[in-house]
Amino acid sequence: MTTSTEPSTATDVLAAAREQVLERGEGLSQQQVFAVLQLGEDRLTELLGLAHEVRMRWCGPEVEVEGIVSVKTGGCPEDCHFCSQSGRFESPVRSVWLDIPGLVEAAKQTAATGATEFCIVAAVRGPDARLMSQVRAGIEAIRAEPATAGINIACSLGMLTQAQVDELAAMGVHRYNHNLETARSHFGSVVTTHTWQERAETLRMVREAGMEVCCGGIMGMGETVEQRAEFAVQLAALEPDEVPMNFLIPQPGTPYEDYDVLAGPEALRTVAAFRLALPRTVLRFAGGRELTLGDLGAEQGMLGGINAIIVGNYLTNLGRPAQADLDMLTELHMPIKALNETL
Amino acid sequence: MDTYCVRCGAPTGEGDHAACRARVAYDPPRYCPGCARRMVVQVSPSGWSARCSAHGEVAGNAQELV
Ligand code: SF4
Ligand SMILES: [Zn+2]
Ligand SMILES: [Zn+2]
Repeated sequence: MTTSTEPSTATDVLAAAREQVLERGEGLSQQQVFAVLQLGEDRLTELLGLAHEVRMRWCGPEVEVEGIVSVKTGGCPEDCHFCSQSGRFESPVRSVWLDIPGLVEAAKQTAATGATEFCIVAAVRGPDARLMSQVRAGIEAIRAEPATAGINIACSLGMLTQAQVDELAAMGVHRYNHNLETARSHFGSVVTTHTWQERAETLRMVREAGMEVCCGGIMGMGETVEQRAEFAVQLAALEPDEVPMNFLIPQPGTPYEDYDVLAGPEALRTVAAFRLALPRTVLRFAGGRELTLGDLGAEQGMLGGINAIIVGNYLTNLGRPAQADLDMLTELHMPIKALNETL
Repeated sequence: MDTYCVRCGAPTGEGDHAACRARVAYDPPRYCPGCARRMVVQVSPSGWSARCSAHGEVAGNAQELV
């Protein structure tokens, strides 16, 4: 009889992953990710260890550090059920625009942490002319500020037209974030105002314009474990440069306000499984990690497949102090990816 | 002394705000502690600011406001 404590059979998924992912750099299939997600807690340490080895082998020890800021908060016409910025829910988040000095200040705060990435985010279905000109002016001002010299500027402004894609590429936006959020089969129960396919179309244009593709999602939105595995391979098929992993923060007033926060071990298992599906991708710890994992879990994630973090605060929620994360990286002997490597 | 919970907007002297306190490390204040109006909040990488249309800017440590 095979139990989860006897992992030595030839069909054991972690043994297969060691050969397939660690040695050959091939991500796991959906079925294999599903098997990994079902491993018991008695195998969590082994799983995290393997995911860490995969990350070190295919990505190296550097950690990519990023700061983010919301340039336009709240009042979004879309209905993503997890989002406190949708204008369709009774959320306490009010609309606000960040001015150019505020954007530059946020970039300076980010650069001061040693981060190489600064992402400008807006709560919109897609940008209008006002937002595009605000982003353009913001990028110019950040580029003119000596304290943010050389920082890579990314954007996350919703769904784009081809003309907007071209405009952002011409501004030198180096990476564009647009999350598919969840498995395709689950998307319709999370968002009803646009489709997975519409989001995928923006990602295709971004890639074709030569910008790096950043695409991830949120765990813990009522998806099944099967759907988590489905999502991992759907992301892998996109070959994204970066995958941000968020964990649901149940937001007051949203349809998901009473959802449970993902349990720590489940979050860690998911991180490791995604690493085994995406051996070469920048896998970033994003929103919700503080709530679901706490301080200890952050460290376990860094030793379980993660190789990038958002430091400081998020868009509408607060993170732990940037210095706590930077100290953690020092303790783990993980160097922060330097700007000259990314230029 | 604050009258209203900055996270849920209900009077601090009524009801249970334990859940609000548990989350306040990761949520900036949303309601004015003086009048419970929803505030305009801007989060930045290293801080936040919150403005009430009647009472002006509230800043500082959100933990002290619940
Ligand atoms: S499109 Fe973005 S900002 Fe708008 S509701 Fe969806 S997640 Fe929130
Ligand atoms: Zn409260
Ligand atoms: Zn007030």
